[in-house]
Amino acid sequence: MTTQRTSGRRKRALAAAAVVAGLLTTAACGGGNGGGSKDGAAGFDAANNKVAQADQVKKGGTLKFVSAQDADSWDTTRGYYGFMWDFSRYYSRQLLTYKTAPGAEGAQLQPDLATDMGQVADGGKTYTFKLRDGVTWEDGKPITSQDIKYGIERVWAQDVLSGGPIYLQQMLDPKNTYKGPYKDTSKDHLGLKAIDTPDAKTIVFHLPQANSDFLQVLAMVTASPVRQDQDTKSKYGLHPFSSGPYKFQSYSPGKNLVLVRNDKWNASSDPVRKAYPDKITLDISTNQADMDQRLIKGDYDLDAGQTGLGPQGRQIALKQHKGNLDNPVSGFIRYAVFPQSVKPFDNLHCRKAVIYAADHVSLQTARGGPIAGGDIGTNMLPPSVAGGEGQKYDPYQIAGANKNGNVDLAKQELKACGQPNGFSTTIAVRNNKQQEVATAESLQAALKKVGITADIYQYDGSQSPGIIGAPGNVAKKKLGIIIMGWGPDFPTVQGYGIPLWDSSYILQSGNNNYALIKDKTIDGLFNQYTSTLDESKKTQIATEIDHKVMEGAYYLPFTFERLLNIRSSRLANVYTTNAYSGYYDFVNLGLKSTK
Amino acid sequence: MTAPLHEPTAEAAPSAAEEAAVASADAKAVQGRSLGRIAWERLKRDKLALAGGVVVIILIVIAVLAPVIANLVGQDPDAYHENLVDPLFSTPTGSLGGISGDHLLGVEPVNGRDIFARILYGAQISLLVGFLSAVVAVVLGTVLGILAGFFGGWVDSVVSRVMDGLLAFPQLLFIIALVSVMPNEMLGLSGTGVRVFVMILVIGFFGWPYVGRVVRGQTLSMREREYVEAARSLGAGRLYILFKELLPNLVAPIIVYTTMMIPTNILTEAALSFLGVGVKPPTASWGQMLSSAIDYYDSDPMYMVIPGVAIFITVLAFNLFGDGVRDALDPKGSR
Repeated sequence: MTTQRTSGRRKRALAAAAVVAGLLTTAACGGGNGGGSKDGAAGFDAANNKVAQADQVKKGGTLKFVSAQDADSWDTTRGYYGFMWDFSRYYSRQLLTYKTAPGAEGAQLQPDLATDMGQVADGGKTYTFKLRDGVTWEDGKPITSQDIKYGIERVWAQDVLSGGPIYLQQMLDPKNTYKGPYKDTSKDHLGLKAIDTPDAKTIVFHLPQANSDFLQVLAMVTASPVRQDQDTKSKYGLHPFSSGPYKFQSYSPGKNLVLVRNDKWNASSDPVRKAYPDKITLDISTNQADMDQRLIKGDYDLDAGQTGLGPQGRQIALKQHKGNLDNPVSGFIRYAVFPQSVKPFDNLHCRKAVIYAADHVSLQTARGGPIAGGDIGTNMLPPSVAGGEGQKYDPYQIAGANKNGNVDLAKQELKACGQPNGFSTTIAVRNNKQQEVATAESLQAALKKVGITADIYQYDGSQSPGIIGAPGNVAKKKLGIIIMGWGPDFPTVQGYGIPLWDSSYILQSGNNNYALIKDKTIDGLFNQYTSTLDESKKTQIATEIDHKVMEGAYYLPFTFERLLNIRSSRLANVYTTNAYSGYYDFVNLGLKSTK
Repeated sequence: MTAPLHEPTAEAAPSAAEEAAVASADAKAVQGRSLGRIAWERLKRDKLALAGGVVVIILIVIAVLAPVIANLVGQDPDAYHENLVDPLFSTPTGSLGGISGDHLLGVEPVNGRDIFARILYGAQISLLVGFLSAVVAVVLGTVLGILAGFFGGWVDSVVSRVMDGLLAFPQLLFIIALVSVMPNEMLGLSGTGVRVFVMILVIGFFGWPYVGRVVRGQTLSMREREYVEAARSLGAGRLYILFKELLPNLVAPIIVYTTMMIPTNILTEAALSFLGVGVKPPTASWGQMLSSAIDYYDSDPMYMVIPGVAIFITVLAFNLFGDGVRDALDPKGSR
């Protein structure tokens, strides 16, 4: 009786499996027969640093994003997530913005609200911009220079609008004398002295000190205009007032966001945005595996978070949908850093010993291998930043002769540092991602071979500012090796390296100069960089800074990170851009079919 | 405390055992048999329990000899074999998770460590934590349970309320919180040593009320029995009654509870390591292996199956053995 029933059930299950298998086969055939073209996938890396399927774009349709995380805030003053900056170009404009071009060209600036790149005077201390004709808000009123000034002033109101980058405040008012528009006693709340608005179409910036990256900062989303009568202060992120081609239709935080066309936007006033789709939706899905599956199936067009596929999704996509993947270099470098406050890392030779002992191929594998992880990192300036040399600059032969670790050289360095038998130390690593712990384990295994015993200390990544960002705690807990990653806020050596390497950026909490680098040469080079306006000279200084940092052996770079992102076959005019660390440029994405 | 009190011992202590012997032995086997002997004979007839016991012994041998066995097959649990891992997918290149003559149970994804050697060393952690935390629980539970049952009154009230409180306490959350604030070095231990020590103490501490309640109940029912009365009337002291009259009769339930508690503790250790608050890398543990296998359940299912099966076999063996021991020691048992 029992057996019979079981076998009956088994038969039915088998039949069902056969049907499913049949369906899968047909589906696979439909996709596979025509190779790249029939199912519409542009091909592996087709949109990496080049434009894929630009000629197939049609106006209209709904572009569907999904993300594992909502933006930190959609308020142009408060957002700090890279994908929020990328996405915000749909509904906000700035004086200048990044070129809508693939790869390195995408990191160059071009005028947006402004008519040109501005008139520079006073050796880089005064910038004057004229506004374009026909630039409007979503209610049809013109965008004025006062709106831009007010939007920038909001950066000063960190007590109400926390979270965003504060470069504008640091460059325009380094002593932070202005109290922000909400505490501004002047009648029009436009009391910031560093910005003049002689008329509605002219805006003048006065910098106390020249900074060669000022234009970069003006292109950041924090420099967007905000109209005073629409400023809902801390609630502004729920419905930012649009100056771009799309406006908020509905938004439920943590659930979904729908943008629809802003019919008051004049295409003729905007040299940047093409505004192909009619509607843009963003769904938040907290389940990474489910999200990956739906991206692979094509239910969604893009992962807005651009965090790359999870391990499961990555394997399925690489095996079955390789034509939908791009593998660009991101601006991130993954690395280990040695705080000089923890003995024996105050000694250059002990730091070098760790660099030589590490098995760099193993570290790369731990990060996910050459595709999901990235190329072996050989220095500390991302290749996407001007002045970055990539693997061409490799002072410790990390990707060359020593890529599997060099025990002899490591032992020599240990001798030179007075620890011939090795020492013991602690590796601090965030426990949130398995790759992080895997790199710590790889380093631990390699260091054991030269007599360095390392204990792995795991902590909650959200607590970083108080744990590894507090030099006092680092010294107390003897965290000699910290595993971290860093990407640029804007693609220059200043946007990447100043918080990491400049001695004036050492903080008691939330510190990012983990190595506690206090090198007058490096500080001097940063000063020289900010006062140099010539682009080629700037690039040269950036390279020099990188060399100084590497010579100090403060860092053991793991990888120049790569992203592995999937795009649906419906997308046209797709390309990655260095402006947003190798993310796709969202603003000019289009669809091949409006259905 | 020595000479005069010798007599009641001889008479009273075996009384319960004899009752049991009489109840179970049939008429012709008149010669006295000890409780242990009867239990052993019953256990021998229980094939499942015996099988469980044999597996338990094998596991203990494996754990103790882990370094020797790993040496025999020539594998180091912490050695990387990245040449056996596909760099693109981070999974082992061979079929079935890279199972081969060299790597009997395959290799780990990403770093290619030998799974067989890690399972062996993982057995050490699982059994060490399982056994020692059971010992902590049994010692605490027996002492406090017997005191509560014997003295009654306020002692009983206090101990019982503490037990109620502990039973309601979310122990897993407590351990997670405790481990994260633990210093890295204490009592001459460091790293994994501290974690194992803390796990043993805490799992044991939260386990004693289960033993305590049983012991207290048994003590309550036994302290009014005739042989205790007899001892008391002959002038036996409290300590004497506690240790010589009551404790020997509690041995059976205590053994049963210990065998049942060990598998639960092994599972708790696996859960803690799974959640990342167990042993520290690179120490191997079954729970930690399961945890890191999640990312590869689709592409390298063997990596998840192997530690899962190891936990399954261990827990099953202990439970079967524990069941058998309970049946064998139960005087009213039908078998």
